[in-house]
Amino acid sequence: MNRHLARFMAVSTVVAMTTGAAIADDFIVVQSTTSTQNSGLYDYILPIYEDKSGVQIRVVAVGTGQAIKNARNCDGDVLLVHAKPAEEKFVAEGYGVERTDLMYNDFIIIGPPADPAGVKDMTDASSALNKIAGSANIFVSRGDDSGTNKKELALWEAAGVDPSLSSGEWYRETGSGMGATLNATIAMDGYTMTDRATWIAFGNKADHEILVEGDKALFNQYGVILVDSEKCPRVKSDLGQAFVDWMLSDEGQKAIASYRLNGKQLFFPNAPNVTN
Amino acid sequence: MQDFAASFFEAFRLVISLDPDLLEVVWLSMRVSLSAVVMAALVGFPVGAFLAVARFPGRGLLVVTISALMGLPPVVVGLVVYMLLSSAGVLGPLQLLYTPTAMIIAQTILVTPIVAALARQTLEDLHDEYRDQLVLYGLGNLAQLKTLLWEGRYSLLTTLLAGFGRAVAEVGAVIIVGGNINHVTRVMTTTIALETSKGNLALALGLGFILVTIAFAVNALVFMSRAAAVRHAYA
Repeated sequence: MNRHLARFMAVSTVVAMTTGAAIADDFIVVQSTTSTQNSGLYDYILPIYEDKSGVQIRVVAVGTGQAIKNARNCDGDVLLVHAKPAEEKFVAEGYGVERTDLMYNDFIIIGPPADPAGVKDMTDASSALNKIAGSANIFVSRGDDSGTNKKELALWEAAGVDPSLSSGEWYRETGSGMGATLNATIAMDGYTMTDRATWIAFGNKADHEILVEGDKALFNQYGVILVDSEKCPRVKSDLGQAFVDWMLSDEGQKAIASYRLNGKQLFFPNAPNVTN
Repeated sequence: MQDFAASFFEAFRLVISLDPDLLEVVWLSMRVSLSAVVMAALVGFPVGAFLAVARFPGRGLLVVTISALMGLPPVVVGLVVYMLLSSAGVLGPLQLLYTPTAMIIAQTILVTPIVAALARQTLEDLHDEYRDQLVLYGLGNLAQLKTLLWEGRYSLLTTLLAGFGRAVAEVGAVIIVGGNINHVTRVMTTTIALETSKGNLALALGLGFILVTIAFAVNALVFMSRAAAVRHAYA
């Protein structure tokens, strides 16, 4: 056998094995929506908690739909997403201990500045969607069962339009995260619906702008849930509960409120029974 | 497009500043992909060598199957490994999901067929060439294999590089089984995917430049050590 090859393999194996051990024991896994990561919120608030508690928070940021599925497979200790009906179902089926409102912001509809569909400054989101559908301008959908996608589909339903009939024509489903969908929207000069936090933090806006905002129906509530140890025995209930409690406490809520990007507040805490 | 210029600048800035987050991510990329290549070699070389010299019913089917597996989609491998390692999966008790070990497992599965298939071809060609001599010297099976592996060492090294290229470039498998967790399972490719999704295209492309440069360095290192070995052999 080749001596050099053997030595190379031996050395690399040793390197691989010995460096694998240095993993903190006190950690929890949070299955999360993407907007809280892409907007930089976690980079701001998690170090505050980690320094205080000594517990590492490992965030797996996927769409809300996938986050819930992963949590149902017991692959997380805490779930932080934004699709209230799906969250309540998760708890009702015994996978979550309790769902609590954590914070909110809102969805917006963005589009090209020329606004060929003429929806700028409309205050009714469903009417705006109806108008975009009528104009057959490109609307880009997440199409990925995420929280944003669920909200968008609910708005289409309220608008009385079934966009799936036009899928592949003016209605384009990317099947991707918010960021990839925004990149596609910019490239196609189309419209899309996004949460405000991701949009403010997004680095590739080109000349697209916010066209529709302020409708009550565009409210975007985030919830937090501890995964139930009865369904998932390996869940770190104590560490998970401590993290949830902190997020819902005055201190955690203030940390969320104090996160600013470009001078703008991205998330508004609204946990119950908090004095702030 | 000014994005290209900006991304060169970003890459340069990151490298010059020796950004600690960047170093961490680069180191993990190397650790995961090189480990996967070593594992793949330990499995792939013996399998390739065996298929090169042995003759048995169903061998053709096995050879074609392994070649076909070179085209395994990383996302599918990621999904399968996720389902196995998930708490709900059969290997759930090992608690390996969202760790670098899970990423090494997924990449090993991706790389092993490449190593096995290319090694099989290399060794079979050599075997055809030297069969008569090998028999003439009266070498046993194991001794024959040893000779073939030695004679084919440079081609086999290229085989490993092909496997390394596959491993270090893929994102589909590691992002599912690793979860792209900051400071734990974030590697070059998942960072590039994340920055793209944040719309930081220049930064994402800059990281891409760095990844290609690292791959270049690894290949150059192997190329130079091979050249040195050849010089040494004929000195």
